[in-house]
Amino acid sequence: MSNKEWPLWEVFIRSKQGLSHKHVGSLRAPDAEMAISNARDVYTRRSEGISIWVVESEKVIASNPSDGDSLFDPAESKVYRHPTFYDVPDGISHM
Amino acid sequence: MNKQEALYNYTLRLADDTLIIGHRVSEWCGKGPILEEDIALTNISLDLIGQATLLFEYLAEFNEDGKSSDDIAFIRHANEYKNVLLCEQPNGDFGQTIVRQFLYSSFAQIFYRELMKSKDAKLAAIAEKSLKEVKYHVKHSAEWIIRLGDGTEESHKRVEESIDYLWKYKNELFFTDEVDTLMIAEGIAPDMKEFENEYNTFINHILSEATLEIPTHGWEQKGGRTGVHTEHLGFILAELQYMQRAYPNMEW
Repeated sequence: MSNKEWPLWEVFIRSKQGLSHKHVGSLRAPDAEMAISNARDVYTRRSEGISIWVVESEKVIASNPSDGDSLFDPAESKVYRHPTFYDVPDGISHM
Repeated sequence: MNKQEALYNYTLRLADDTLIIGHRVSEWCGKGPILEEDIALTNISLDLIGQATLLFEYLAEFNEDGKSSDDIAFIRHANEYKNVLLCEQPNGDFGQTIVRQFLYSSFAQIFYRELMKSKDAKLAAIAEKSLKEVKYHVKHSAEWIIRLGDGTEESHKRVEESIDYLWKYKNELFFTDEVDTLMIAEGIAPDMKEFENEYNTFINHILSEATLEIPTHGWEQKGGRTGVHTEHLGFILAELQYMQRAYPNMEW
């Protein structure tokens, strides 16, 4: 018996047509096909989705939290990047 | 035997198959080898018990004694249950459960596909709903057979032993007696003998892909369809019937 654990996979579900896939959680599976199968069982048993993506967690490249200062803080002082300096015409409700 | 009696018996056999194997799979709940597989097995069990519920509700519709679907499902003696022996075989290790499911669901997939053409509208509708679920059960169990067979030395050995143990029970799935003959003549039941080759070809194909040895012996064990069971059914019923026996007519 080997104690090697199965790789971890990140699961993304598209809840309905037109929406993008959203990260819903992770799970373990021996390979990609079983990961889809497990994701179906773990994350869509209450009709949550119509499409599943799985990505091996180790393939995800993440930003380093300690780089937060240089990556994100500079945006805080740039209010002009938000499109708030013009009038939105009536009838456009979801801006 | 008239048509109505045959239809009742025919439906009861299907109901018992799904109830008993569904109950067996439910025994994994909380004990799966990993969380993901625990949920997968529990889902499969719920699918099967859901199919059983539809079939028992149908049986209750034409029972003269005013028996409810629960009465029919729970209040019978062991020799009145008509499930095939395969369905009541113990879970064993994970591999054995998977082999049992694979042998059963591969049959059910062909069976429901054909039952959809039944002249009995209710059975045809139940078949259509069940087929979608069963396709997944086949996929799930076949994928596992391939991975266990073509996995480690130990998984290969264990799953091969399970196949050897359960092989003798698979032919009872094609059991035919006067009930079936009458239902086939009425256009209600498919003649499953026509699909025995398709079934065996499919099974053998998956076993070969899994690098597993296909048993060559033709030894068969039958009895469930006529109410003659292995010793395992009594233990299943003791658990399954406990609530209805201890608190008759209880409802949830």
